[in-house]
Amino acid sequence: MNRKSMAVLMLIAALAWVLAACGGGNSSTGANGNTSQQNGGNEQAGNEQSSSEQNEAEQVELHMMHLWPEGTTLAQYNLVNQIVDEFEQDHSNVTVNIEVLDNEQYKNKLKVLSASNKLPDIGFTWAAGFMEPYVKGGEFANLNELLDGDLKDLFVGGTTEAYSFDGNTYALPVELNIVPFYYNKAIFEENGIEVPESYEDLKNVIQTLNDNGVTPFTLGGKDAWTASFWYMYLAERLGGPELLDEAVASSTFTQSELVEAASYLQELVDMNAFIKGFNGLSNDEAKAEFLNGNVAMFLMGTWEVPNYTTNEEIPQEFRDNVGFFKFPVIDGGKGGLDDWVGGPGVGMFVSENSEHPEEAKQFAAHFVKRWGELSVTEAGVIPATKVDTATIDLPQMYIDLLNELNVANKVTLYLDVQMKPVAAEEHYNLVQALLGKAVTPEQFAQQQEDVMKEGN
Amino acid sequence: MNKVMSNKLVLALYVLPALCLLLGIVYVPIVYTGIYGLMEWDGISDMQFIGLDNYVKLLNDSSFWNSAKHSMYFALLSTASLFPYLLVAVLLTGNIRGVNVFRKIYLLPMLLSSVAIAQLWLKVYHPTSGILNTFLEWLGVEQTPSWLADPSIVLGALFIPILWQYAGFYILIYYAALRNIPASIVEAARIDGANAWQIAFRIKIPLISEIIKVTVVLAVVGSLKYFDLIYIMTDGGPNEASEVMASYMYHKAFRAFDFGYGSAVGFFLLLICLVATWIIRKLTATKDKIQYS
Repeated sequence: MNRKSMAVLMLIAALAWVLAACGGGNSSTGANGNTSQQNGGNEQAGNEQSSSEQNEAEQVELHMMHLWPEGTTLAQYNLVNQIVDEFEQDHSNVTVNIEVLDNEQYKNKLKVLSASNKLPDIGFTWAAGFMEPYVKGGEFANLNELLDGDLKDLFVGGTTEAYSFDGNTYALPVELNIVPFYYNKAIFEENGIEVPESYEDLKNVIQTLNDNGVTPFTLGGKDAWTASFWYMYLAERLGGPELLDEAVASSTFTQSELVEAASYLQELVDMNAFIKGFNGLSNDEAKAEFLNGNVAMFLMGTWEVPNYTTNEEIPQEFRDNVGFFKFPVIDGGKGGLDDWVGGPGVGMFVSENSEHPEEAKQFAAHFVKRWGELSVTEAGVIPATKVDTATIDLPQMYIDLLNELNVANKVTLYLDVQMKPVAAEEHYNLVQALLGKAVTPEQFAQQQEDVMKEGN
Repeated sequence: MNKVMSNKLVLALYVLPALCLLLGIVYVPIVYTGIYGLMEWDGISDMQFIGLDNYVKLLNDSSFWNSAKHSMYFALLSTASLFPYLLVAVLLTGNIRGVNVFRKIYLLPMLLSSVAIAQLWLKVYHPTSGILNTFLEWLGVEQTPSWLADPSIVLGALFIPILWQYAGFYILIYYAALRNIPASIVEAARIDGANAWQIAFRIKIPLISEIIKVTVVLAVVGSLKYFDLIYIMTDGGPNEASEVMASYMYHKAFRAFDFGYGSAVGFFLLLICLVATWIIRKLTATKDKIQYS
């Protein structure tokens, strides 16, 4: 009996192994099947020109990858499906296969696929430094013709530039985000505190909350880009709106304000402004602390707004209790209250090596147009296309943020996006080290500059 | 049967499929990695041959040696932990009540995927709501540690789940080896008046010394190239405090877009593993094989 049960146990393990192996095999043959079909389709499409518009045209399969999984970003997930369905109905010969990955995995997979020239026909990329290797390597298609034609004047000024190199645009922005503080009104009320007007106020708020045993800020420092927001704001408020852009452009990072910002950030760490163990928490874990009402404030991009307005999965009571405020100004600093950290989030690219560039571009144009129209009402996210708030019914927080965006003096693009990949990677390490007090502000700035100077 | 086995065609039929797979999946990529290591390549644009520059850079890269140090630390701890595993296995082969239950308990973590284990231990280590810190607070500890965020303890905190994950595997190997020792040998010893301690240390353990050598190699090499749990639980952070060689390779290749350098790290990792295996083989080599008869 004993031997038998042991044997059964092992058998199960073996079976699981075999099944896993089979699963892998299946999916790979599936992918092969697709490519061969696409190849076939392409040859024929080449023979009879411009047949794609007609109903009896060749069947075309487009592969699309996006980064809004059902679990964490339901609104965006549904919206993508809706737009794809519409497109497939209008173009009966086109099928769009969607692959969904979460943020980090998405970034990784994109790199792996590009290394083997197998990018999806349509996908999303981040701006500037992130996409530069792809553009230089000729992986993304030039989308100028769409911008001059179908999509003329559709985008908010300045958003397409973040995806442009030498006057050519290689992706269509779909999101525009800024980074405000979200705060829990109930916690503020209980502790008798007001929204801080100045940096001194902010420090007082931190002090009061800590005295009352409430964690002031949640922060997922394991995902270092979230900690980078803090550094960016401090640098901007101290050194003015152009400081960070100039630092990246000139590959210098030792300006006195940049060092000073680092020491300000360490001062906040010393004040216990951040949740315990923040350097070991992922952004999702950190976010959960805010959503559970354990933590008073959260500095995060406006892609979070649906969670505080329309997302039915989160209790109404909590959503009603969330407000936002801007990063306060620092006395004597050069940055203003209406300067933001943010920028276009992801943009849609079309692969240069797509078997069906025409259909892919058509789809991309359709996607950004419909996304612009629907994302506001359906998903509650801010598109990079112009929005007419007068005609549609929107949550108040959303309208307020949109208005903030309209009067924004300057939106500084995320530092890790601005930097080239090697420098960005070092930036992540250094921000973690800074918050963990493993480096001094001077070392932080110097090491960052050294990597930027190498200029990889 | 012998006739069939002497037919070269049949032999080839049996051997070739596995050989082709092995070549295609293991050896060809190794060669490619070696070649990529000689290139400057961001993974997208054209490669540029730069000779041994990547390896020179590697030898002077303090971050890499830092990660190598962490890997060595894991290798040492894993090897040291083999001894308690061996003891547990010896105990399990004894006639103790409930042995079967224990055997299954030890084996269970091995059946879980690394991702599940990582998620589980992330919850355990959570600084405020984790079971570990909740328990410590209940005991009256005021400054509970931030297990995965504190550079000074993160390695230790990561090693415990790894220990837990692989315990069953090694215990199972030892257990199987110990069960293979003919009962007559143990009986003879008992008749000669050997006590349980002597039977374990003078007879059973020496008899499975070949297996022990194999597990030492497995533990060392496995630790040197360990990746998954660390990638999920800390991603090498905070600030490279838990970076190991494999995660460093991954970060260089896939995060920093430096496939050439990443490949160099990978190839160097392979060399280190080969050297480690060779050294262990040399150190544990015995002239006479200990056998049952």
